[in-house]
Amino acid sequence: MKETILKIEHMNISFTQYTQGMRQIELPVIRNLDVEVKEGEMVAIVGSSGSGKSLLAHAVMGILPYNASMGGIMVYRGELLTERRIRQLRGKEIVMVPQSISFLDPLTKVSAQITKGKKDMESRKKLRDILNRYHLEQSVEDKYPFELSGGMSRRVMISTAMIENPKLVIADEPTPGLDLKMAKKAMADFREMANMGAGVLVITHDLELALEVADKIVVFYAGTTIEEANISDFDWEETLRHPYTKALWRALPQNGFQFIEGSQPYVKDMPQGCPFSPRCKQCSQECKNEIPYKEIRDGRVRCIYAS
Amino acid sequence: MKKWPAYMGKQFVRMVLLIVVVSIVTFALMKASPIDPLQANVGQAALGSMSQEQIEKLQEYWGVNTPPVKQYLEWAKDFIKGDMGVSLLYRQPVTKVIGVKLGNSLFLMIFAWVLSGILGIVLGVIAGMNRGKTVDKGIKGYCLVISSTPTFWLALLLLMIFSVWLKLLPIGLSVPIGVEASGVTFADRVRHAILPAVTLSITGVSNIALHTREKMIDIMESDYVLFARSRGETGWKLFWQHGFRNVLLPAITLQFASISEIFGGSVLVEQVFSYPGLGQAAVSAGLGSDMPLLMAITIVSALFVFGGNLIANLLYGVIDPRIRRGGAKG
Amino acid sequence: MKKKKLMNRRQKVLFGLCFSVLFLIAICIAGVLCTEEARVTDFSRKNIAPCLQYLFGTDWLGRDMLVRTLKGMSLSIFIGILSAVISAVIALILGIASATMGKRVDGFITWLIDLIMGIPHMLLLILISVALGKGFKGVVIGVAFTHWTSLARLIRAEVIQLKESSYIKIAEKLGKSKWYIAKKHMLPHLIPQFVVGLVLIFPHAILHESSITFLGFGLSTEQPAIGIILSEAMKYLVMGKWWLALFPGLFLVLTVILFYVLGESLRKLIDPGSVHE
Repeated sequence: MKETILKIEHMNISFTQYTQGMRQIELPVIRNLDVEVKEGEMVAIVGSSGSGKSLLAHAVMGILPYNASMGGIMVYRGELLTERRIRQLRGKEIVMVPQSISFLDPLTKVSAQITKGKKDMESRKKLRDILNRYHLEQSVEDKYPFELSGGMSRRVMISTAMIENPKLVIADEPTPGLDLKMAKKAMADFREMANMGAGVLVITHDLELALEVADKIVVFYAGTTIEEANISDFDWEETLRHPYTKALWRALPQNGFQFIEGSQPYVKDMPQGCPFSPRCKQCSQECKNEIPYKEIRDGRVRCIYAS
Repeated sequence: MKKWPAYMGKQFVRMVLLIVVVSIVTFALMKASPIDPLQANVGQAALGSMSQEQIEKLQEYWGVNTPPVKQYLEWAKDFIKGDMGVSLLYRQPVTKVIGVKLGNSLFLMIFAWVLSGILGIVLGVIAGMNRGKTVDKGIKGYCLVISSTPTFWLALLLLMIFSVWLKLLPIGLSVPIGVEASGVTFADRVRHAILPAVTLSITGVSNIALHTREKMIDIMESDYVLFARSRGETGWKLFWQHGFRNVLLPAITLQFASISEIFGGSVLVEQVFSYPGLGQAAVSAGLGSDMPLLMAITIVSALFVFGGNLIANLLYGVIDPRIRRGGAKG
Repeated sequence: MKKKKLMNRRQKVLFGLCFSVLFLIAICIAGVLCTEEARVTDFSRKNIAPCLQYLFGTDWLGRDMLVRTLKGMSLSIFIGILSAVISAVIALILGIASATMGKRVDGFITWLIDLIMGIPHMLLLILISVALGKGFKGVVIGVAFTHWTSLARLIRAEVIQLKESSYIKIAEKLGKSKWYIAKKHMLPHLIPQFVVGLVLIFPHAILHESSITFLGFGLSTEQPAIGIILSEAMKYLVMGKWWLALFPGLFLVLTVILFYVLGESLRKLIDPGSVHE
C-alpha cells in the first residue's frame, strides 16, 4: 500500500467583497474541493482557466492573500497540515513550481534564486548538478530573469523545486506559453519527479497533456471537484462518471471535438446544488439539493445519476 | 547602453532650457510686482525728505526706469559671465551672499536629507512588512500627523520645548550673538543647527516613509515574494533576499526627486530659528524686493531640484540590471 | 472567521464625510459670528493662561485666543477652499487638454508641470505673492497655481486610459457622437477623480496658505489668519506665552488631518480594487 502524501477534504476558500453600496458579501471561490495524492503518483487537477485553481496551490503552500479565508481539512502524511506545520515544511518537503516568470525576483540572479542566496560549497555543488540535469549552461547562473527565454525560465523554476528533496510537488499551470514540445518536456519532468517517489499535483487546464503523463485526473468545475478518475477511465466515454467529464472527453480532438454550450457559472450566480445543472441534459429537481461525493468504481463523482 | 550619451545630452539640454525659463518667469513676476522697491526699502518718510536728484539716483540703483527686456538681457549676460549682480539688501555681490547662505543651508539640508531618507526608508519598510499590525498603524499615524503639521509650527513647538522650556539649545542664529566670526567654533555651529536640522528631518520622513510603505506592500504581495515565502523564506532573510533590492531603488529615486520639498521646508525652518541660510535670505529678498538676490536664489534652488531629478533618472540606469544590461526590454 | 464590525469601511467613510462637512460649516459660521469679537481688546484680561473662562487663553492685548483662532481658521478654510477649487479646475482643464488636444499641447503642459515642480513651492509662492502685491489675492492665486500639477497628471492618465479602452472604441465605431461619449462614458469616471483630488488638495492648500502668511507674504496683520496669529505668537514665545502658539496650531493640524483622512478614504473607495477587503 502506497503512503498517502496529501489529502484535502471539503476545502472552501472565500473572499469578502463589497456589492452595490454599503453591503459586504462572502464570495466562495472554491467549495467542496477534495483531492488525494499518494507517493510516486502524479495527479492532475483539470479545470478551465480563471476558475480559481491556483488558489488551491496557494492554500497548500500557506500563501493565500490576506483577504481570503479558508475552511476544510488538509492532511499531510497522516498529520494535520496546520498553518504552523506548513511553515515548517514548505520549501523543504513541500515545494511549488510557479506559473510564470513573474514569480522570479527581477533583481536577483538565477544562482541566488535557486539556492535561496546560499553560497556555501554544498549549495554550489547542488546548483551545478541541478543545472546540468536540466541542460542549463553555466552562464545562466549569472543571468537575471528578464534575460531568460521562456523555456529556460521554466527549467529554472523547476530547478528551484528540485534542489530540495521534495515529498510533495505542486505545479501550478506549468505549461502555458510553452510550445507543445516544451510543454510535453515540462510534463515529463514532473512525471520523473513522481517516478523518483514524490507525490506530484499538477494544476492545469490542458486535459490532453495531463492524460499523457498523469496517473489520475481530478476534474474541477466552478470551484468544485466533480470527478476523480484513473487515466484508463478516459479510454471510453462509458467508463467516465460525470456528465461534464464526458463532455470534456467528447471535446478531445480524437473523440470528435464536440463542445457543449454555455459557460461555467460565475461565483456570484452559482446555482443551488450541482453547479453543472444548468448545462446538464439529465438535470432534475433533485440536482438542486446538496450533492454527495460518492465512490464509484475506484473513483469518485459528485453526481446523483452516476453509476 | 548605446543610447546613453544621447539620452543624457537630451536631459541636459532640457534642464538648461527649464532654468532659462525659470529665470524669465522669476524676472517677470518680480517686475509685475506693484510694490515699489524704493518705498519698501527706503521708507515713505525718508523718500519725502529726499531731493529729486537723490531719488533719481536711487531709482537708477534699483533699476526702476530701465525697460524690462533690456534689464533682463543685461542680467542674463552678466549671469553667464558669473556675475549675479549686487544684492540691494546686503549691499554685497550676490555671488558672495549666496556663497555664505548656501553654505549654511547646505549643512542643514544635507543633514536633513540623509537622516530623513534613511529613517523614512527604514520606517516605510517596517510598516510595509507588518501591514495592518500595530507597528504599521503607528508609523502610518505618525506620517499622517507629520504631513498635516505645518513645518513652521513644528519648528515653533521644538523651539518652545528645547530652547525656552528646557533651555538645552540656543534660540536661533547660526552663531552666538556678539562673538566674532573668527571666534565661532565648529561646535557652536552644530549646536545652532541641531534644532533646524531636526525639524527638517522630522517633516521629511513622512513622504518617503509612506511611499516606501506602499512599495513594500506591493513587493510583499508580488508573485516573487509569494513564491519565496512558499519556499520557506521568512522575516529578515526574505527581506534581505528580495525586499531590500527591490524597494531601495524607488526609495532613493524618490529621495532625489524630493529635494524641492526640503528646500521649501528650509525656508520656513530658517525663518523660525533665524538661521541665516538661503531660505531666510529668500524671504528677506521677497519682502524687500531685492530682485538680483531673489533671482539668484530661485535659479540656484531650481538647479538643485533639476539636478536631483536628473540623478534620479540616471540612477535607474546604473542600478537596475533590466536597463543596465538589457535596454531592449526596458 | 473575521469579527463582524460595527460599521464597514464604506459606512465609516460616509460618516466621516458628514462629520467633516459639518465641522467645516460650524467653524465658518463661528468665524462669521466672531468677526467683531475677535478684534475686541481688553487690557484688564491680557496674557491670561488657558483657564475655564478663556479656554485658549488671551494675548498681550487681552484678545480671547479661542475667538481669534476660530476666526483665523474660518479665514484659512475659506482661502483653502477657494484656492483648492481653482487649482482643481485648472487641473481638470489642463489634464483633459493634455490628453485630447494632440502631441504639442501635451508636450507643452507636461513641460509646464516640470517647470512648476522645478521651483520649490515655497519659493514660487513667495514670487507669485510678491508679483501680486502680497495680500489675499496673491495667496489664493499663488496656492492655486502651485497645487494643480499632480491632479492634472492623474486626470491626463485617466483620460488617456479611457480613450484607449475597448468600450469607448466600440462606442466610437457605433457612431456615437464625441459629446455623447464624453458625457456617458468619460464623465462618470472623471468626476470621482476630480472630487477626491479636490478634497486632497484642500489640506495642502491650507498648509501652504498658513505658511506663506506666516512668512509675511499673505494677509495683512489686521486679518487674524492662522499664519498671522502664529507669526505674532513667535515673538512672545520667548516670554513663555506658550498657549499663543500651541492652540491655534493644534487646531490647524486637526483640521488638516481630518481632510487628509477623508480624502484618502474617498480615494480608496473609488479605487476598483477596494471592493475586496
